Amino acid sequence: MRKLATTVAASALIAAGMTMPAAAEVDFSGKTIEWVIPFSETGGSAKWANFFAPLLSEELPGNPTVVVKFMPGAGSTKGANWFQEQEHEDGTLMFGTSGSTQFPYLLGDPRVRYEYADWIPVMASGTGGVAYLNTEDGAKFDGSANALKDTDFIYGSQGATRLDLVPLLAWEMLGMSVEPVFGIKGRGDGRLMFERGEATIDYQTSSGYLGGSQAMVDDGKAVPMMTWGALDEDGNIVRDPTFPDIPTFKEVCEATEGCATEGEQWDAWKAFFVAGFPVQKISFLPAGTPDDVTETYVKAFEAVRSRPDFAELAAKQVGKYPMFVGEGAAKATTTGTTVSEDAKTFVQNWLQEAYGVSLK
Amino acid sequence: MEMIATALPSLGEAWALILQPVVLGYLVLGVVMGLAVGVFPGLGGIAGLSLLLPFMFGMDPVLGLALMIGMVAVVPTSDTFASVLMGIPGSSASQATVLDGFPMAKKGQAARALSAAFASSLFGGLVGAAFLTVFILIARPIVLAFGLPEMLMMTILGLSMVAVLAGRIPLKGVAAAGLGLMIGTIGEADAGGSLRMATYDIPYLTDGLKLVIVGLGIFAIPEIVSLLRQDRSIAQGAKLGGGWMEGVKDWFANIWLSIRCSIIGVIVGVIPGLGGSVVDWIAYGHSVQTTKDKSNFGKGEVRGVIGPESSNNAKEGGGLVPTLLFGIPGSGSMAIFIGAVALLGSGEIEVGPNMLKDNLDITYAIVWLLALANVVGTILCIAASGGIAKLTTIRFTYLAPFLFMLISFAAFQSGQNFEDLLALFAIGLIGIFLRRFDWSRPAFLIGFVLSNPVEKFTNQAFQIASFRFRKSFAEGIDYIFSPIVIVLLIITVVSVVLGIRQAKSIMAEGDVQSGSKRAPVVFLLVLMGYLAFALTNAGMIPNYNMTDKIIPLVVGGIALFCCVILMIQMMLRTEGDSIFADKEVAGEDADAPYGLWSTLAWFGGLIAATFVVGFIIALVGFLISFLRVRAGASWGKTMILTVAGIGFMCLMAGALNRDFPPGLLQDAVDLPWPLK
Repeated sequence: MRKLATTVAASALIAAGMTMPAAAEVDFSGKTIEWVIPFSETGGSAKWANFFAPLLSEELPGNPTVVVKFMPGAGSTKGANWFQEQEHEDGTLMFGTSGSTQFPYLLGDPRVRYEYADWIPVMASGTGGVAYLNTEDGAKFDGSANALKDTDFIYGSQGATRLDLVPLLAWEMLGMSVEPVFGIKGRGDGRLMFERGEATIDYQTSSGYLGGSQAMVDDGKAVPMMTWGALDEDGNIVRDPTFPDIPTFKEVCEATEGCATEGEQWDAWKAFFVAGFPVQKISFLPAGTPDDVTETYVKAFEAVRSRPDFAELAAKQVGKYPMFVGEGAAKATTTGTTVSEDAKTFVQNWLQEAYGVSLK
Repeated sequence: MEMIATALPSLGEAWALILQPVVLGYLVLGVVMGLAVGVFPGLGGIAGLSLLLPFMFGMDPVLGLALMIGMVAVVPTSDTFASVLMGIPGSSASQATVLDGFPMAKKGQAARALSAAFASSLFGGLVGAAFLTVFILIARPIVLAFGLPEMLMMTILGLSMVAVLAGRIPLKGVAAAGLGLMIGTIGEADAGGSLRMATYDIPYLTDGLKLVIVGLGIFAIPEIVSLLRQDRSIAQGAKLGGGWMEGVKDWFANIWLSIRCSIIGVIVGVIPGLGGSVVDWIAYGHSVQTTKDKSNFGKGEVRGVIGPESSNNAKEGGGLVPTLLFGIPGSGSMAIFIGAVALLGSGEIEVGPNMLKDNLDITYAIVWLLALANVVGTILCIAASGGIAKLTTIRFTYLAPFLFMLISFAAFQSGQNFEDLLALFAIGLIGIFLRRFDWSRPAFLIGFVLSNPVEKFTNQAFQIASFRFRKSFAEGIDYIFSPIVIVLLIITVVSVVLGIRQAKSIMAEGDVQSGSKRAPVVFLLVLMGYLAFALTNAGMIPNYNMTDKIIPLVVGGIALFCCVILMIQMMLRTEGDSIFADKEVAGEDADAPYGLWSTLAWFGGLIAATFVVGFIIALVGFLISFLRVRAGASWGKTMILTVAGIGFMCLMAGALNRDFPPGLLQDAVDLPWPLK
């Protein structure tokens, strides 16, 4: 069946290619592609875009210069609102979002004036996350959180409405009492707080875990607890390919009394997990971009992905996670930017009750 | 012992890596690029590194490191030009340099001040590198010993420098610092996200004000406006005294001060989370406290240049420790640096805990490349300083329009909003009046810089301490009163006591005459009005977000209390008392041929025109009309200068891939760069 579909698609492509006049081919010779990132030069999205920019430049027809431009402000809302007003001109504008752009959108933040559905996704990539405990409490962890329910934990957090929503909600679902210390600037600061013994529980994204926390685990100063998991083709949560030996939150939840992997709480957690991790960073072309330009970008990203050394390069820079291109990116974007009304209401209420955060 | 056994061979390998002609060539290339980029205040390192990033991919690691470090290392050196010559603080690292460096330039000793600063920078960089070579091996536990209470104490030590810089009326200094702290809280709170003095209808305010803008507004604008009003050259009488050798001699005569400040720089730089914001003030305070005759500080005391400059380059070295050992960037440019290192070669260097184990030779290479870049950069800077110092003999009216151009561009780069220019103008006004009525501007700036750390560390330390106290009382006390905290507490108390005793002799604004009551009282009323409004505003934050309101309430309350006492004193004292200091009564400003508002209107005009037609077109009009009308230049000269100014602006912005502020015109019509 799939084979047939491929054949049909391929012949359609060929037919389309034959009918299209050669002059319509997109060529970026001598042009400069601006890849706008709504964060500062120093964040993870900057690293992500800077990694892809030179590779993309090599694969786009005419080898245009790809420059990364930064437009920080209001936790990326400013840049995204700006991009919403952009229209297709000559295909030299691309925009990159991250979980921090998706979360306010999903939560109904009043400052959000952008609409993901208007934009054309060309590439998406994700990451994973690992939660870990200090040695003392880690000894009580047996694959379930049953023995951790009486311990008070402290956690260095960037804010309950950011990516930290995912771990905070997960720990709450496990019945753990975790007190967040808000106001840290990045996960690195959180790790340092953990290492100093001020925080007793922490989580890092995959690259942060490999770069900093793995050493603590090796030295016996930290005990891994769980990953958030990864998504398989059908949208199920499976073990994270980067950390196949660490159980997922789903497994821990199943083993823990009082934690359910169904119902509105679970759905809400999963929705925000998907937006924050497996589909964390997406690259878009502005509304109204014609198909041939979109196709050119998709092909270029496909070529980047199929470079023989890509897996090795990417593993170090962006982790061993699938990179979605074209159709895949579109599907991933839909999964990462839609959340049921129930899940949204649940999280809004939870934020209000637990942390006094009002998004009105 | 074992450590030294592994360290020595690595150190040898590091030098073998560095001492290759091609590596040194890349280093020099980086230094030259860094110097070129460094002319933009507040932009240097980050803009330069972003520019290099695309080339880092797969580049030979040592070559890439040499290029990047060369670029980063010279920024705190090259921004000294702007601090000393124009009174523009280029970065947070050179704010204290302005206090005495610029008065020296005004006295015609620009070359002396510059070379003293460069010699100190160079020496500080080398001392820092030597110290780090040993220290980096044992740094990890020391860095980890600095928890939140320790960082809070360190921040308070920084704040205590207000005591030294408070000026003749200590209460005014405290109130100025309080005002700075309050301005620093504007925007969305880090902890709970509450808005302070901001609304979502003005998104600009929710992000808070940037240090670049406040630094330029508080120091640069008042000085530029004042000099422009007097219509003279920066150096009084356009004479240059004191050659560059004299500055080097000054440095050598104060070598022990230089060594002490270098060590202060490395140690404070090592602590992640504080970065460079306090280093130069602590070094400046130390310089003041260890000088016998304090009467010259603020008026052009060379020790006031040597102290902070020795510390700020050493700090860069210290900042490498959290960056390399923990993977936690100490500054914006270090964050890009970490990202770029991962791109080098096949990505075998990974910044983080394994750096010492796996890449000790690279670590040492980085430390000593930094030191070497300092040497190269300093030599180039000293060589250039004599010539560049001549700028201070030019009639200021020819310099001012280009300075307005530069600071507007720099301010815009911090947030890429038109509002950046408005904020610059507003803060500039505050700076002008603080200067006029002899309220300590350094105290204001220290307050602003430390506002975020004070709030953050207080809240976090409080939260963790109460967590510990819930476990047991002893654990809580252990946490708050660690040995480091106690030592810092003692240093702080001593420095405040000494500071208050000495403050009266240190006049950061020079000798200011006093005049009638009216103007100073009106200014005080305006300040009280703002503080009262900000207090009410903070009081309206709901109590469950106590973390977001407690600091504004306490600090604002103290500042307002100081203002009330000042108001009572003003009512009781007679006219002519030093509390009524006013620069418009007598002295340079009062005798100036041009008025304040007509001078400021030029800058206001540039901003207004930018709002309508965008920066570059507005700039063309501004330069031509300013040079023709205000400077009275001939058409030929006007055209040449305008073309040179615009050309320079476009060249730099083009190379750095930066945009200019757009206006209404750009909203309506699509224009090509640089007009867009």
